[in-house]
Amino acid sequence: MTPLKLTLGPLLYLWPTERWRDFYFEIADESPVDVVVLGETVCSKRLHFMESELAAVIERLEAAGKQVRLSTLALVTLDRESKYQEGLADATHLVETNDLSALHMLKGRPHSVGPFVNVYNGATARILARNGATSICLPPELPAASVVEITRSCPDIAFELFAFGRVPLAISARCAHARSKGRTKDNCQFVCQEDPDGLPVNTLSGQPFLALNGVQTVSHCCQALLEDPVETRSLGVTSLRLSPQACDMTAVSLLFRALADGAIKPVEAKARLQDVYPAAPLSNGFHHGVAGAEWVARLRNSEGANR
Amino acid sequence: MELICPAGTPASFREAVDAGADAVYCGFRDETNARNFPGLNFDPAELREAVAYAHARNVKTFVALNTFMTAGKEELWYRRAREATEAGVDAVIVADFGLMAYVAEQHPTQRLHISVQASASNPDALAYLVENFGAARVVLPRTLTIQDIARLARRVACELEVFVFGGLCVMAEGRCSLSSYATGKSPNMNGVCSPASHVRYHQSGADMVSDLGGFTINRFSATEPAGYPTLCKGRFEIGDSEAYAFEDPVSLDVMDQLDELRAAGVTALKVEGRQRGKAYISEVVSTLRATLNAAPRERAVLMARLRSLSEGQQTTHGAYEKQWR
Repeated sequence: MTPLKLTLGPLLYLWPTERWRDFYFEIADESPVDVVVLGETVCSKRLHFMESELAAVIERLEAAGKQVRLSTLALVTLDRESKYQEGLADATHLVETNDLSALHMLKGRPHSVGPFVNVYNGATARILARNGATSICLPPELPAASVVEITRSCPDIAFELFAFGRVPLAISARCAHARSKGRTKDNCQFVCQEDPDGLPVNTLSGQPFLALNGVQTVSHCCQALLEDPVETRSLGVTSLRLSPQACDMTAVSLLFRALADGAIKPVEAKARLQDVYPAAPLSNGFHHGVAGAEWVARLRNSEGANR
Repeated sequence: MELICPAGTPASFREAVDAGADAVYCGFRDETNARNFPGLNFDPAELREAVAYAHARNVKTFVALNTFMTAGKEELWYRRAREATEAGVDAVIVADFGLMAYVAEQHPTQRLHISVQASASNPDALAYLVENFGAARVVLPRTLTIQDIARLARRVACELEVFVFGGLCVMAEGRCSLSSYATGKSPNMNGVCSPASHVRYHQSGADMVSDLGGFTINRFSATEPAGYPTLCKGRFEIGDSEAYAFEDPVSLDVMDQLDELRAAGVTALKVEGRQRGKAYISEVVSTLRATLNAAPRERAVLMARLRSLSEGQQTTHGAYEKQWR
């Protein structure tokens, strides 16, 4: 059986340029991920932060044998955002489309489809495949029952699941992050940079609930799909996506590599992952068709695990 | 500009027609539409009667098939598209690429409108939908300013419809899993948002607390009216402050921008509210019709009539105004 691949998803948060560069340098040098998706998906105002170091980061990752993909923005309304998408579409790297505009620009050319494009069924996956998609990272909200239906009905392309990270739940024209700090989107002064792992949103009963990341809202819980690799493969999935959080992502990727290779069991992986990323409880409810914030311990993996 | 009005029941449908709608939109009684609420919506026979009632009065009927097809259960959405077409509806409103392709291939003469849930917000996105599925009209997401809409309209080969009145999604529509994160039920998959089945009100000291799926969405003092816990309209704690983190409990009203919307190239004005009762539909539709027909200086007085209906609720221009961001 071909081993599961690992993809490092695009960093969703705004990190200072040097931290951003050094993060990817470390990934290049030490992480076992196969594919790295680079690029800003959340807010076009942030684009200049990575510009100066992008070429160096791509070179370092490719020299280390990683496949580099460039992600588009997820929400495109302005002319300059459309132009940015066009620029990406003309680039030599494989592009991950996260908005309908990029599907139009890349028609007939190989590209991947990111988790922000709504793929809920095989009919949609086949349309995207005809358009040129060679791989699809399915939406994090999708239950396993749908995943297996989609992969079976569209066997020609590769499918990926969102296996680690706070789940991107929503995106808005409005910047709740800037507004929470007394600003608006237009004069935000990049206050989202103050929260490299998102700004916590608690309920009025004191429950941690969500986190703000600029115009995006992510979950408080960290999605963790820690299934047995045989089971994951039986869903028709060939790759797992790890979405960067402000923690030791090399350790996270080594842990998922070990799990995918059968070197550690899901229960052990869960315990170790919680140590590597203690900032948020783990969840997998979406995968099991219940509330996304829940953790479902499946019977066959339940030794020592709890709900 | 056409006035597109909601109807959750056959009775509301007739009210909307009689009150002056140019088109009325509705859905079937299941998860194929995004107002899949108990007690709402139409069966095929009711839809056929509604279409006949509307056509006899020169009013159009649109059917919302605006959720995403569940993998393995696509036949339900295909059957509903077939039934809508056979009922003679004037357009189907679709969000899912797979369903768009089905309509385009199997019912090529059926007019296809793209739902706001498809999140088509720029010229290339609209071109993709026109070229691949023959979209005749796109309902624009509530992420654009009127200026953005005007720029878009000059570069697209389809009609544009925009929301002008009613409930307001704060998040880009069709791209929001907040509800399913808390409850397991989402607009995209189940046609519901912040469903009543997962709502619980309970007393905490002198306060009334509203929970959704176990998460507190708001807390009201004895002097505040307790609102419904729609997730993105809740009050939360960020840092040291408690606030409506995403949006106050407001509704959309841009009826004072009619001339600007017309100049921007908008074809149709959409009213949210299929879950509303028939008295509300009658009052809102007749007032909006009168406002559309009135001279600009008379409009504000007419629209003031609707303030009592929103029970002291505030209204907003939402994303149509840049400062909202």
